[in-house]
Formats: sequence, structure tokens, C-alpha cells
Amino acid sequence: MSDSTNTEAATAPNSGAKKKNFLVRIISNNSKWLMIAPPLYYMVFLFLIPFLLALKISFADSILAVPPFTAIYEYKDDHLLLNLSLLNFQALGHDVVTYKNELIYNFGNLVGWIGGLFSSAPAVVTEVVAPEPSQYLSAFVESLRLATIATIVCLLIGYPVAYAIARAPKSRQNIYIMLVILPFWTSFLLRVYALQGVLRDSGLLNQLLIFMGFIDEPIHILQTSLAVQIGIAYSYAPFMVLPLYATLQKLDPALLEAASDLGSRPFRAFLDVTLPLSMPGVIAGSMLTFIPAMGEYIIPDMLGGPGVQTIGRVLWDTFFNDRDWPMAAAVSIAFLLFLVVPIGIYQYYSIREREA
Amino acid sequence: MSTNHQTAHRNAKQDPEKPWLNPNAKPFVRFQNVSKQFGDFTAVDSINLDIYKGEMFALVGGSGCGKTTLLRMLAGFLDPSAGKVMIDGTDVNGVPPYERPVNMMFQSYALFPHMTVEKNIAYALKLDKMEKDERKRRIDEALEMVQMSKFAHRKPHQLSGGQRQRVALARALIKRPKVLLLDEPLSALDKKLREATQFELMAIQYKLGITFIFVTHDQEEAMALSSRIAVLDKGQVIQVGTPSEIYEFPNSRFVAEFVGSTNMFEGTVVEDTPNQVVIESASTKGNINVDDVGRYQIGQTVWVNVRPEKIKLSKTKPAKHAGLNVLEGTVSELGYRGNHVIYRVKAASGKIIMVFAQSQNRTEELDITWDDKVFISWEADGCIIVKS
Repeated sequence: MSDSTNTEAATAPNSGAKKKNFLVRIISNNSKWLMIAPPLYYMVFLFLIPFLLALKISFADSILAVPPFTAIYEYKDDHLLLNLSLLNFQALGHDVVTYKNELIYNFGNLVGWIGGLFSSAPAVVTEVVAPEPSQYLSAFVESLRLATIATIVCLLIGYPVAYAIARAPKSRQNIYIMLVILPFWTSFLLRVYALQGVLRDSGLLNQLLIFMGFIDEPIHILQTSLAVQIGIAYSYAPFMVLPLYATLQKLDPALLEAASDLGSRPFRAFLDVTLPLSMPGVIAGSMLTFIPAMGEYIIPDMLGGPGVQTIGRVLWDTFFNDRDWPMAAAVSIAFLLFLVVPIGIYQYYSIREREA
Repeated sequence: MSTNHQTAHRNAKQDPEKPWLNPNAKPFVRFQNVSKQFGDFTAVDSINLDIYKGEMFALVGGSGCGKTTLLRMLAGFLDPSAGKVMIDGTDVNGVPPYERPVNMMFQSYALFPHMTVEKNIAYALKLDKMEKDERKRRIDEALEMVQMSKFAHRKPHQLSGGQRQRVALARALIKRPKVLLLDEPLSALDKKLREATQFELMAIQYKLGITFIFVTHDQEEAMALSSRIAVLDKGQVIQVGTPSEIYEFPNSRFVAEFVGSTNMFEGTVVEDTPNQVVIESASTKGNINVDDVGRYQIGQTVWVNVRPEKIKLSKTKPAKHAGLNVLEGTVSELGYRGNHVIYRVKAASGKIIMVFAQSQNRTEELDITWDDKVFISWEADGCIIVKS
């Protein structure tokens, strides 16, 4: 429809009034597209194109040059040559040095790489003797572990907080929500830095525990994965509280009264009514915590010490220290694909909630 | 008519349908000097109320009169600040809702949105750990009773308002409570559905014999449904009685004006004989004769309450007989309602008097229309005196 009006307007005599008419018509006929243009541009330029670039680089090999990766295609003697390397993706699973040469350009061994993601033993390449899982795989497992524990901790802390706020008098709810968001007014980096002061051996936490008589010697927390978990749980708790509050606050109190009236004790009513109805909030909050926690770089770097290798740190090292762009690109692509699954679950629930 | 109602009381004393007239009958639900304060606000002010087994009892009043507070105290969501609430002879103060032998149908229905109709109804039985076969039988029976068997697997948001109301009723009745509490049971339904549901509700109550206590702001709904009505205002019970007692013999201007439409004439008592009281009123520019057995002092200020349907409207002066009250006036407004016509007649004093005239013949033109000079008349037993 817009096509026909465009050609019609284009062939019309170019009087001023007609021109204005033409513009108005273009705008009104395409208003739907104009509305979604800003987010569309955002997605295309800031996500899709960088993603495709990273995808391209992930198939290249690392060289000492500028840029530091091989061209994945070249035009030579009237032929278009594609130099796609699966090396980087294979290296994700197992340490490259042990069987690198065996696997280069061997597409069949993709299966071996996938298998390697899930177990430390090689699945297909039997001739390679006990390869170690790569630093990427172990960093990935470590990130998964940290993010999962941090998400559960956030949920355990965030749910009661969100519940209490949602049950508070209406006039005070906004103040409490403000208090939850208040830490965001301070720089994230600064807060993590402050946590160093709290968690170190002579820090606030240890002093408090010693003062209260729980321990005699300071516990070594800083530079362990416990410190990272504390850091992540602390930093992402608001992301758990806010969506939980949003769903809990919508909950009709009459439903709980009805459950109570029908013979349900308070805790049973919570399990039967509040919890299932707040599931969308639990899912949303968990996703908002889990996904950024997975890729977290600053917290493991500042609180974790060299022992805590997360995917974010490894990515940083690969990119900036090793200058192995193709490997870094492959890590981030694989990481992204993995995260699409929880994001998909989140989308599914948020759509279902809107329909209900 | 008014003289008869006293004798009617006496005759009905042994009537099993009217336990409140029997001094030996034991009340099933009892409020004893119950008060409830919310901060500075007194929602319920030392109320005494006896409700008997098998009654369909209505608590009526405007918003903030304390009717919902009373209901919630019965359900156990609130505890009284003072006084006692008794259900079936037991003091239930401090007993949590989940241990009370009452169930409630909520105004918003409060159906669990994540459960199907069947699961909503089954919820209370599941908590009771009832045997599966027996549970199934009870649920099917309940679904049958409210004609929702076909919709057993629907979720609440897939149902119409009337269907939701029926599910809520079935869910509240599944445990066979001693008392069913209904918070504005019909307010969310449209007029047609409301009328149909009224009769369904009455039929179910009659069949199960459960005591129903319901709250409504709609006096018509209260009249249509209930065995007795308590009219509340500002946390106090103003009057308790059967619908016809409340309507025909209101004890105050508040009740008369709250229940139905009425004309109120302020005046002073000039004559008080055993059968008839004569009141002089400025708004009628003359005397009003009222059949009444009450004892009044001469000169006392009272109000005469005449219902619009008790008034006759005519173009010719009606023949004068003892006790007939006649006024002259002009039709200032009229509203055609199909089954009756509402006239607003301006009397010589300037007072507007409302008259409901039944349409008994089919005519295209109304006999009496705007600006007609008319006579309005009513019998001495068609009106009642209220003292406050």
C-alpha cells in the first residue's frame, strides 16, 4: 500500500503543497516503522553488526599483524577462498596444545568439541591422551557455579525483602524501593572497592565477627570465590528485588484471605498461592541476576584474586594480554549462545504473564 | 395495617420459620457489645446482634457503616477491639480464619487465577486430606449445583462474571460451613443476571439450610434475598427486622430514607387519640392523619413518612372520608418507567411530593401530565410516624 502511494506522489507535479502532502503521507503510511526505528537501529548497530563481526573473527586464526587475525576469505585467481577455522571453537573444550593439529579443519570432530564441553574426557578423539579441560571450559564452569549460587542467594535474600515491601503500607512502599535502588547512586566500581575493605583480613566483617566472639582468627575471605559470591549477591540483589516486588505488589490480598478462609495455614497459603503467582517475578529476577553475573568481570577481578578464573576474566586476558582476538571472539560467541537459553525461558514467562 | 403488625408479631411467635420471635430459640451467630476501632475511627460501635440458624441475614448500610467490618470479624480476618463474637455457642475471638466453621464468598470472588475451576473448588477439600473418591464426588456435586460442570477445566480468566460468581459460591460451600458469609454477592453482576442469581442463591440456601449472612449496600438486593435485615449507620445497628418491617415500619428517618423512596413531612403532634394521631405540618399547610398506637406528647416534633406508591393521584377531588389526607398540587416533573410512572408534584407549600402511579391500562397518552392541577391523597394507615 505504501508503495503505490509513494509512486503516485513521486509522479505528481512538484508543487509545494503536494510535496508537503507527500511527506505527510510517507510519515503517516510508515508511522509503524518510524516508531520502532530507534530500537531497531540500536539493535542493528550496537548488537547485530558487532555480533556478526565477532562471529567472523571467531572463524579466523590469530596472527601477529594489524588487525591480529587472518582474513577469512580472499579473492585469488578468480576464486573466492574461504579460510574458515574451527580451531578456536575446538579449543574451547580442551586444551589446544595436546591435540591441536589433529583437529584443525576436521569438521567431523565438532562432535568431539561438543562432547568436551560436558565432560573432561575426549568424546571422539581417542588417540589424544587425557587432555586437560581448557581454561575456557573451567572458567565457564566456575562462572556458572558462581552465578548460580549468587542467584540463589539473591533469591533467598530478595524474596523476603520484596515481600515485606509489597506488604508495607502503600505510602511507605516507594521509600523502601528507593532504599533498594539507592546503592546505584554510587559508582559500581567504588562499591566493589569498598567491599574489599569490608572483606579483607583486618576488615569490617572480620573485626565484627571477632568482636562478637564467633571467631578468634580472621577468616580469609578476600581473594577467594566466597568473596566473589558475596560481591555478586550484594551487587545484583536489587535486580532480584525489583521484579519480585512488581509481581508481589500486584497480588490481590483477598486471595490469601480466601486461602486462609478455606482452611489454609499462612505458610501453606504462601506455598499454594503467593509462590506460584510470583513465579514470573522469580524467573525475571533470576534472569536479571544470573545473566550479568555469568559475564561479570569487575567483581572476580577485584575480589577474587588469581585463583578465581571466570569467563569474563579469561575473555579479558585472551583479548588484551594474549591479543588472541579470534579465540576471544569464539569464547564470547559460545558464551552468548549458551545464555540464549535462559533468556528464551525468561521471554517465554514474561510473555505468558502478559497474556494471563 | 399498622395496628395489625403488632398482632402479627404475637401470632408468629411459634412460627419455626421465624426463630427470632421465639424467646427460647438459641441464636446461632451472636455479636455481644462488639466494637472495632481502626486508630481513631470507630468502625463498629458496641453492636448487639443475634442471627439464627438457617437465616438469610442481610447487613445493609452505606459505605463506612461497619457492615463489612462485622462480616470480616465473623470470618476471622479481624478481631473485635471489645465484645464477643459467638458462632454456634463458641466464642471465636482469636480463632484464626482457617479454623473457623465459616466460609466466605468475596466481593471480588478471589478465585485463584492459576487454578482451574475444579482445583479452586477442590482446594479446601485437599487441605482437609479428604479421600480421593469422596472428594471427587463432592466436587462434581458442587459443580452440578452451580451448573459449572462443563467449565471444570477452565481458568477463572476464561469465565464470565456470572460464572465466576457461581464458582466462588461453590468453592465457599464445598466444606459445608455452618455459616456462609457473602460480601456484596451480586454487586459485580449486571441487572438481569443479578435478578436471576438472586433466586438461585435463595434456592441454594433453602436447599442446604446453611445460615447465610451477607453484606450489601443495595437495599433492593437485601429486601429480595433476606429473611431479616439489619440497617447499619456509623457503626451502629439502627433497625433489625424482616424486609417488610423495615420497609413499612421504619423506626427512623434514616431507615425510611435508606430503604426505598419516601416522602417525609416534618410536623408537630396536635392530637393523640388511641387510634389516630394528628400532625400539623407546614409542608402540607394543614393536618395529617396517621393511624398509630404510639404515645406522643402534644407539641412533639415528628416526621410523617409516606411511601410514593401509597399515594393516589387524581384530577378530581377525591371524596372525603375519615382519615383520608388530601393535598392539592401541580405536576412539576414526571418519569415514565413502563410499569409505573414517577410523578413529582409540587404542593401549595412548595414541597415536592413523589408519587408512583401504576400503569394499569395501556394508553398512549398519560391521563395526568406536566403542569396538570392534581389532587394527591393517602389513607391514614398508609403512612407512619418516626420520632427521629
